[in-house]
Parts: sequence; structure tokens; C-alpha cells
Amino acid sequence: MKTLSRGARAFGHFWWDFLIGDAPELFVAAVAIIVLALLLRHERGVAVVVLPLTTVAVLVVSTLRGRRKSSGAP
Amino acid sequence: MSTTSTAVLILAVFGASTVEMVEALTIVVAAGVTRGWRSALEGAAAAVLVLTVIVAAVGVPLIHYVPIDALRVVVGGLLLVLGLSWLRKSILRTSGHKAMHDEDVIFAATTAALALDPPAPSTTRRDAVGFAVAFKGVFLEGTEVVLIVVSLGSSQHRLGIAAIAAGAAALIVAAVGFFVAQQLSAVPENTIKTVVGIMLTSFGLFWVGEGAGVHWPGSDLAIIALIGLFLLVTLASVALLRSRCPAVPLAPTAGLHVDSSSRPGSGDR
Repeated sequence: MKTLSRGARAFGHFWWDFLIGDAPELFVAAVAIIVLALLLRHERGVAVVVLPLTTVAVLVVSTLRGRRKSSGAP
Repeated sequence: MSTTSTAVLILAVFGASTVEMVEALTIVVAAGVTRGWRSALEGAAAAVLVLTVIVAAVGVPLIHYVPIDALRVVVGGLLLVLGLSWLRKSILRTSGHKAMHDEDVIFAATTAALALDPPAPSTTRRDAVGFAVAFKGVFLEGTEVVLIVVSLGSSQHRLGIAAIAAGAAALIVAAVGFFVAQQLSAVPENTIKTVVGIMLTSFGLFWVGEGAGVHWPGSDLAIIALIGLFLLVTLASVALLRSRCPAVPLAPTAGLHVDSSSRPGSGDR
């Protein structure tokens, strides 16, 4: 029983670290991109531009946020 | 599925497996040197066996029972999270805003921690600590590889090819590790991680779109265009961070610890 609960906790930790970790905005962004893709599925021309640009914006914003954190800025 | 996406799939899985296996091998070598090779190798082999069973147990039902479009959306989302996370970290590391992952530091920290435990009573008997540390190192690092193999392999119905690419990388890293032992820090881990991060992000976005019903222009060739886009953004981000935000010197990170609290992502998602 103890082993089972330890295993379940480790499994939960793994998914928490994997999906949230130190950049929770990436998880939120991935969900937003999925929603965006579903909404724009009939607007192919718009979707193929908007989806990559949104992903690029997420990467840039998250990286800048990571830099601010590493430099200790508020 | 075209040759282009299969080639990118193999490269992505091979690269991801190489990075994770270098980290795992550092732990195995440290356990072997301090606690004896027999237990360390048995621990590593047991972990590889468990990971193989997980790939078969999770991957095969996914391919056969989950609708392909739903699978691609979920897998694409997971790959996006993982790819963006790897890219973000590698940009910060390359631009000097985050400490590099140093295998020498990890090796030193692991051997020092293992040396504190009392040795096994006899060299002919199995050493539980050495077995457990090697098992945990390979299993924890390998879990991320399993996730990539299962997600990329199942979304393209190429689980076998993905598993073979991961296995080949593990074998090559093990062979190289055997000959160079403590020279694993020479592996350009951050560069490989950057390339794999770009591939995972591109694949993730591609599958999210395809699964949702957005058909990319040029079909699978769109993956190459996405790779080009994210490569440009990565290079530009590194250049921007280097020029506008000078970095402070950072000590290399050990990333993984051998205590019971260690888990993937604790140092390096």
C-alpha cells in the first residue's frame, strides 16, 4: 500500500513537472493554441499564419520571463 | 505519411534519446565506479526493460483504439509543452542566462553522495544502493524518452521506428560512454537539446493543426517550414538576449540528485 501511494505520488509529480514545471505559461499556451486551432479549422488561410505566430510569441514571452527570473528582476 | 516526416521523427526521437541517455549514463557510471559495475548494469538493464514494457503497453493500445485526430491534438499539445520548454531553456543557456547542464558536476555530486553510503558486505553480492541509483537514473531520464516515442510514434503510426531510433541512441550513448567513461561532458548536450526542442515544437504545432482539421499547405513539408521558422526565432532570441541583456556568470548545474526526491523535471525538463 505504501509502495502504491509512493508510486502514485511520483507519477503525479512527474506529470506536474512535465506539464507545469517552472513555466506554467507554456501549458496554458498549449491549451490556448489547441482551442485556437479548433476555432480556426474552417479558416485555413488564417490558421496557418496565426498558429505559428502565436507559438513564436509564447516562446519569446516565456523566454523573456525566464530571463527576468534568472536575473532576479521583479 | 511521407519520408520527410518519418526522417524528422527519427531525428527528433534519436536526439531526445541521446540527450536523456547521456544524463542517465552519467548516473550509471557514477554508480558503477563507486558501488560496483554488476549492480549498476543490472539496475540500468532492469530500467530499460520496464521502459520497453511501458512503450508496448501504452503505445500499441493508443494506435489501435484512440481516434487518430483526437490522438494528434493531445499528442501535439504534449509535444508543444515539451518542445517549447526545451527551447526556452536552451535559449537561456546559450545566451548565458541559465547555467549549463554539466555532466562532470553531476558525476562528482553523484559519486560523492554514493561514497557516503556504507559499501555492500561483499563484492560478490549485489549492492542494493548501486542497483537502485542506476535503475532510478535510467528510468527517470528514460520516461521522457518513452513519452516522446509513444507520442510521436503513435501519432504517425510509426511506433516501431520511433522505438528503434530511441534504442539505437541509447546503445550508441552506452557504447561511447563505455569507451570515454567520464568524458560525457564533451557531448554538446545543449545544442542537441536546441535542435530537438525545435523539432518537437514544430511537430507539436503540426499535429495540433492536423488533428483539429487545419490542413497545412504542402502537407508534411510544412514541418520543414515550421522547423525553419523556429530555428530563426531561436537564433534571433539568443542574439537579442546576448546583445541587450548581458548575462552574469553562472555555475554549472548538477540537475539530478541521487536522493529519493529526484525526479524528471526537478532539474531539467
